[in-house]
Amino acid sequence: RCSYCNNKCSYCNFNKYIPRSDNQDVMLECLQRETETLLKLSQVSRITSVFFGGGTPSLARPSTIAAVLQTVTRHAGLSEEAEVTLEVNPTPVGSSKLEDFLHAGVNRFSIGVQVRLRVLGRDHNSQHALQTVAEARRLCPGRVSVDVMFGRPGQSVASWELELDELLSVCDDHVSLYQLTLERGTQLFRQVQKGQLSVPSDDITAVMYDSARRILQKRGYLQYEVSNFARNGAISQHNMSYWKASQYLGVGPGAHGRFVPRGEGDVCREARTQTLEPDVWLREVQQRSHGTRRRIPLTHLGLLEEVLVMGLRLIDGITHQHWQLFSPRADLYQILSSSSEVQDLQQTGLLILDDRGLRCSWQGLALLDSMLPTLLLLLEAYITQGLDNNSDSLQL
Amino acid sequence: NPTWLRPTKHLLDFRVCQTRQRSQGCKIACTVIRHRWMKRAPVFCTHNTTNKMISTQADKENIDMSKFPVERIRNFSIIAHIDHGKSTLADRLLELTGAIATTDKNKQVLDKLQVERERGITVKAQTASLFYKYQGQTYLLNLIDTPGHVDFSYEVSRSISACQGVLLIVDANQGIQAQTVANFYLAFEAQLTIIPVINKIDLKNADPERVEKQIEKVFDIPTEECIRISAKLGTNVEQVLQEVVKRLPPPTFKKEDPFKALVFDSNFDHYRGVVANIALFGGYLSKGDRIISAYLGKSYEVNELGLLRPDEHPTDRLYAGQVGYVIAGMKEVKEAQIGDTLYHQKHLVEAFPGFKPAKAMVFAGMYPMDQSDYSALRSAVEKLTLNDSSVTVQRDSSLALGAGWRLGFLGLLHMEVFNQRLEQEYNASVIVTAPTVPYKAILSSAKLIKEHGKEEITIVNPAQFPDRSVVKEYLEPMVMGTIITPDDYIGKIMSICLNRRAVQKNMVYIDDHRVMMKYLFPLNEIVVDFYDLLKSMSSGYASFDYEDAGYQAAHVIKMDILLNGKPVEELTTIVHKDRAYSAGKAMCERLQDAIPRQMFEIAVQAAIGSKVIARETIKAYKKNVLAKCYGGDITRKMKLLKKQAEGKKKMRYVGTVQVPKDAFINVLKRKDK
Repeated sequence: RCSYCNNKCSYCNFNKYIPRSDNQDVMLECLQRETETLLKLSQVSRITSVFFGGGTPSLARPSTIAAVLQTVTRHAGLSEEAEVTLEVNPTPVGSSKLEDFLHAGVNRFSIGVQVRLRVLGRDHNSQHALQTVAEARRLCPGRVSVDVMFGRPGQSVASWELELDELLSVCDDHVSLYQLTLERGTQLFRQVQKGQLSVPSDDITAVMYDSARRILQKRGYLQYEVSNFARNGAISQHNMSYWKASQYLGVGPGAHGRFVPRGEGDVCREARTQTLEPDVWLREVQQRSHGTRRRIPLTHLGLLEEVLVMGLRLIDGITHQHWQLFSPRADLYQILSSSSEVQDLQQTGLLILDDRGLRCSWQGLALLDSMLPTLLLLLEAYITQGLDNNSDSLQL
Repeated sequence: NPTWLRPTKHLLDFRVCQTRQRSQGCKIACTVIRHRWMKRAPVFCTHNTTNKMISTQADKENIDMSKFPVERIRNFSIIAHIDHGKSTLADRLLELTGAIATTDKNKQVLDKLQVERERGITVKAQTASLFYKYQGQTYLLNLIDTPGHVDFSYEVSRSISACQGVLLIVDANQGIQAQTVANFYLAFEAQLTIIPVINKIDLKNADPERVEKQIEKVFDIPTEECIRISAKLGTNVEQVLQEVVKRLPPPTFKKEDPFKALVFDSNFDHYRGVVANIALFGGYLSKGDRIISAYLGKSYEVNELGLLRPDEHPTDRLYAGQVGYVIAGMKEVKEAQIGDTLYHQKHLVEAFPGFKPAKAMVFAGMYPMDQSDYSALRSAVEKLTLNDSSVTVQRDSSLALGAGWRLGFLGLLHMEVFNQRLEQEYNASVIVTAPTVPYKAILSSAKLIKEHGKEEITIVNPAQFPDRSVVKEYLEPMVMGTIITPDDYIGKIMSICLNRRAVQKNMVYIDDHRVMMKYLFPLNEIVVDFYDLLKSMSSGYASFDYEDAGYQAAHVIKMDILLNGKPVEELTTIVHKDRAYSAGKAMCERLQDAIPRQMFEIAVQAAIGSKVIARETIKAYKKNVLAKCYGGDITRKMKLLKKQAEGKKKMRYVGTVQVPKDAFINVLKRKDK
């Protein structure tokens, strides 16, 4: 995961790294070096997916991607079926390089597409977007994901439905559905604050989300996560690992990772963040082979909280077997079923706790963030009261 | 939007900033006693050098109080509408008689409390004994300062009962104001000699002639009896002292009678206990005497007594007709209730009639902003009530606001002053709920009457409101309001009074274009925002004051606030039937704004019994989920959720509805402007 971008979108508050030709080699060297360091530290034996994302990594040279993948292969196993995704911005330059990326080892493309994007300041128009999607589909049929965004300034429910319908006719088997969020410090945020632009109200975006879910379902895209839909089983393995609380390494400026640094003899999972500023990150990697800025050990409770919060984003929720991997002693029934609040949520049909496990209903998924505080409090109460007697719990 | 009355803000925008000029031709010879206060005073200057000599001698001497027989004693008060210059005149009188040094710093010397100086009002009555030489004789003039507002009219009336006369001050520009009238009647009913003093004649817009005519018309006092002064400049202040000697009758008490004294004020001193201010209505009191307080029947030994000049100056004795202080080992202000009678252990006397404990007219809940500050706030409230026995304190607790108190005050200004003292002097941060008034119910149920031991009960907390079925009738407290206004505003004022269920009792022109109106108001109608409204619609010209007018039968009902059908105990209120809809509607609207949307729809309702009279709806969230959440978003998302989970612990639940505590605070607290 690393960040590239050659422009600043008005809604973006990501870490921006605008590459210059003279430092591409240094960048490559550092990416390889940090990858190597972290792989050794984690002692993982097999990498199941790689995601080049954050900004527009397609601005990187295909050779850089290839070199990083080689490093992965050299220090850990990278299976044949491993999903290797590249985030692509639909520019003419980007689409011409896609084939080279394919040869470099990429086998899945994730494309941020928007039509009628003038207001958002992106440097591509819908024409380029459509071309890029077509090219990506030609190269990796069935393995192209397209981002669609709603809640943009001036958008109505009707125009959104129309737009989505149009988009779906060119999409491949995977769609990520996002709502535009106003982030502090962005140009768009200031414009809305000043009243120069207005974004649809919460009630309107709720309708947009609902109608998008219905349209996607009708077109054969099954929702498998709050904002992700797949046809023909084309779910993203890589993102799945976040929601299933698997371990992952974060390489590059500002990247996040979660893994047990077994190389240091630890047994506890850590939440790690790499240094954000690219120049500083480069220097740090050169000096000490990694740019890890922050390491926070996750407690047993902390890990379970992440398992709960991330897992409930999935349409299938958290199965009892999955929960047991992290919490061998305290099962979901013990933790939740005696709570009257949970019973209320079940009765109102928002939350389901049954023999399969814990999950949101169709309506419940849209209200997940309102339910989570309740569930987190119950989990905390159960664990801190020592009701699980789980001092020797298995930590992954 | 209802805003809650902050009377003092408007009444008291006057700030003392006069520059002092020495009054010319100061010919008085006065006996000056140097005391603690004066030693601290940086400059002691007077034109008369002999004064200085007397003062040094007198300092070492003990004053023989027997040298002041009643013929040479005058006891008087100064009464005035707020800002008409009472305290400034008191300063001048103190300076003229040498009780305090003449400096620019003498700004309202008798106003000891920070809030008094800041607001230019007198809350706590102070007393000063002045020695004044007139026609070769030295007189003892006891200035008994009174609180400046009728909220404190009970205290005023006690102070007045220790006097034989009053100086009624009226601003030469503003003329008679509502409070002037209220104060006049207190003095008039006590059959005191009244000397009208027209102050601020130095002001550009001063019109003393018009004011004299008003005084003649309203109070029936001949215009020639008015003294025109400028307390600020000292103009004619000397004449005031002379008139006090000439016009006021001396007290008629005899030192041969058994000792009998009226407690007209009391203060609490951390080291010495209660310091009671007393007026001797007979006999004399010496150090070491054993005295009894009539109200509690407790006996005390006199440790110290003396004059207030205005600081304490111990003497050996005090005689009939004199005024001073006594310290006798009383531990609480309650032991020296204002209006109580003190007498000698051996000579039982008849207690003064007017004694009654102070009666709370306005109640408000008071809670610490943070429950962890509870004990600090409790100690602050205790300290303040030590000095102000008229505040009633009842422990109370609210599900939303935690542990606190329900405090009863004499009136709105009293409440405002108390809160401000709490904040300023004790640095306490408090939530004050909107003020309520005490209702009464005449019970019809024999069972309940037996339970309460009486037929008539007072309801302070709406939770205790007895059901209509067991009640013969409900009573609400009434006040007689006096409004004085330029006649341009009569129409508007009459219409707001009508809206407030007020009944007009009287209306007279006090001069060519000023009108005095009397209205009988339900107290409840003026406790929140009446004064603000009156001021704003009259461009600040109308003045308002009120006095207790007993109770009257009223159709009051209990109104519940429901969230999804579940009553919210702390929001239950007692309202008049005619006002229920508007009060309920306002409450629902405020709650609608204060409660965040939830996963389900919330009905916010106001109900009388089972009948819903107002409703607002808080719509359900349709969507609340973060659009994307991948590896890099987890840390931030977890942090946010944990914070929300923590916040949830602090929620109050009404059924399944989560209500943030500050939502109740927003609804319950009085509205700031």
